[in-house]
Amino acid sequence: MKSHRVRFGIILMAACVLAAGLPRSADAAGKLKIVTSTTDLAALAQEVGGDRVEVQSIARGYQDPHFVEAKPSFLLQLRRADLLIVVGLQLEIGWLPPLVTQCGNPKIQPGAPGYFDSSQFAQILEIPTAQVTRAMGDVHPLGNPHYWLDPQNGLRIGQGIAQKLSEMSPGDAAYFAERLKSFRQRIADAEKRWDEQMKPYRGWKVVTYHRSWPNLATRFGLNVVNYVEPRAGIPPSPAHLVELIGMMKRENVKVILVEPYFDLKTPNSVAAQTGAQVVVLLPSVGGEKEVTDYFKLFDYDVNLLVQAFQAAR
Amino acid sequence: MRGPILLACVLVLLPAGARAQQPEPRTESQEERLKALEERVKALEAVIAELRAVKAAQAVPQGGMATEVAPAPAPPLAPSYGQLGGAGGSAAKALNPDVGVIGNFVGATGRNQINPLRALSLQESEVSLQAILDPYARADFFLAIGEEGIEVEEGYVTFTSVPGGFVPRVGRMRAAFGRTNSFHNHSLPWVDRPMVAFNLMGGSLDEADVGIKDAGISVSRILPSPKGLFLEATGELFRGDSGSLFKASRRSDVSVVGHLKAYRDLTENTNLELGGSYSRGHNDLGSGFITQLYGLDATLRWKPLRRAIYHSFAARTELVWSRREELTSTQRAFGWFGSLEYRLGRRWYVGGRYDWSERARNATLHDSGGSLVLTYWPSEFSQIRGQLRRTRYAEGQTANEMLLQVLFTIGAHGAHPF
Repeated sequence: MKSHRVRFGIILMAACVLAAGLPRSADAAGKLKIVTSTTDLAALAQEVGGDRVEVQSIARGYQDPHFVEAKPSFLLQLRRADLLIVVGLQLEIGWLPPLVTQCGNPKIQPGAPGYFDSSQFAQILEIPTAQVTRAMGDVHPLGNPHYWLDPQNGLRIGQGIAQKLSEMSPGDAAYFAERLKSFRQRIADAEKRWDEQMKPYRGWKVVTYHRSWPNLATRFGLNVVNYVEPRAGIPPSPAHLVELIGMMKRENVKVILVEPYFDLKTPNSVAAQTGAQVVVLLPSVGGEKEVTDYFKLFDYDVNLLVQAFQAAR
Repeated sequence: MRGPILLACVLVLLPAGARAQQPEPRTESQEERLKALEERVKALEAVIAELRAVKAAQAVPQGGMATEVAPAPAPPLAPSYGQLGGAGGSAAKALNPDVGVIGNFVGATGRNQINPLRALSLQESEVSLQAILDPYARADFFLAIGEEGIEVEEGYVTFTSVPGGFVPRVGRMRAAFGRTNSFHNHSLPWVDRPMVAFNLMGGSLDEADVGIKDAGISVSRILPSPKGLFLEATGELFRGDSGSLFKASRRSDVSVVGHLKAYRDLTENTNLELGGSYSRGHNDLGSGFITQLYGLDATLRWKPLRRAIYHSFAARTELVWSRREELTSTQRAFGWFGSLEYRLGRRWYVGGRYDWSERARNATLHDSGGSLVLTYWPSEFSQIRGQLRRTRYAEGQTANEMLLQVLFTIGAHGAHPF
């Protein structure tokens, strides 16, 4: 019996020593390794980090960020990360915490210097002021987490990331400052363009599938009057759809905005009965192949909105 | 914000006051009032200067970053000036753990004389308490409250900041043997656990929840591997008490579990996971009698990312070999199950499972069975499941049963591992 225990102890120790001694992959170029939960944060990190960072996103741009599977392959990204950038506000609560716990990387644990919650830098809308219950659906008690869909929030997050990168790599601080300056200027130029395009349609009423668009709507003056989902995360019931169709007819709502990961059957049915158009708007970078950065995301969405409003005139 | 407004008011009022006082010499009280106002203006100027300095420090990162950026609303950890006292008592609740309760109601109809379930029961209420412990660890408790008592199903601390990529876990936990052993009852894709878990991994008529779970230490680590392949090794040392599987008669009768997991994304939507497991411990016949388990598991998953909330598919199988030392012989038993699940839509799942298993104490006996499962999800926080189960027992009896399960969750419940 004793020999069994001794043998087990030796095997366990040998396994530990062997595993510990195995080399981790070298950081050849000396770049900061950044992992983000979504593609939008990856795009922002890339804007200010430039070629001094290596950025990977866990979720894809055409994926519902609420329901990402916590695949073990993501652990391979996280275990080597110097910085983890998250949306926060419980958007990733269903999948990210076990990955972070299991990855064995002390640098990116919550509270560690390598854990960066972008929501701390952004203007958050729809923060509940009364008691929150699940009767409201899958409500986010800390506020709406789709805040990156306001270019000003993108700029604020970019500023926060630049500051964090400068802390982590002080030698590159001037480089990050220059990148941020360029990003700010390009955002300012692009906002003038987007504002000009959207100006004729300020105040227009729209219906959206999920509550993904409050920041975008507020920024460009759209009026979200109702939702296809009766409550956040709850599939539409026939009674709700009847009510929605009646309301859209009364209020003359001609545009339904839908995220790319929702089935179009119900929105199409509502559109057919109200004469509205269904617009598959992208909430994230990478939602379509050509939308490869933060600017192209707004270019794509603004163009789609303008086309839809023009057609509805 | 209040400071500048006050200052502006004072600045507006002051000149008017001064002009009004020109014709006549100031009285003593007016002089005092003026001095007081001057003092206040100076104090407010000092506050404004301080606030500007703080704001500038937040706006200018290291390395001389430019300042003309969009103002960030209420940055975190910003020093608060002019606030008296700390946060209210309710703020301390922010440090309370996330609390959730999952009710697992099970009903059964049909005939089963070998291993009958109760007609109706709240089989388990799982209370979860989860929080980050300190900068180095997090703690998770799962208390299983049955109709007749309470049990710590799991309660462990996970050390998240250990060097070398090791992730140690200490406490009571479900062992990393196979794939489904580590699942909690409510996260299984069936109402019951597979027959092989009951027959070879410590099943008991007295306990609905079977499988290897014990108090001990677990250490896992991701192993270096070729690109695209995920390898993880887990070693666990337990006290040696787990249902009817392991029994520690002496302090030294510990049990061990080892697990090696290999995972690969075949495509963006499809992945394959393979695992090998080993466990060894002393059985209920005494310290001199050993039970060993060997396991293999495989899971193939498909979930299209663009329609992940509507469709998915999973095929899984687990094979277990048991070697149990008895008084007069060694029983070598084998069992396995295979299952399929398909998500039909946002709210509906359909699945099936086949079971076949010999019995650990008498491998000449074997049971087999099959199940059809239909699950309805009203929301993420509740589900209703029906399972039509047919079991052929070694005793020659066949049990046809309909199981009904209602799961309901309140509060916060943390995500489950993949």
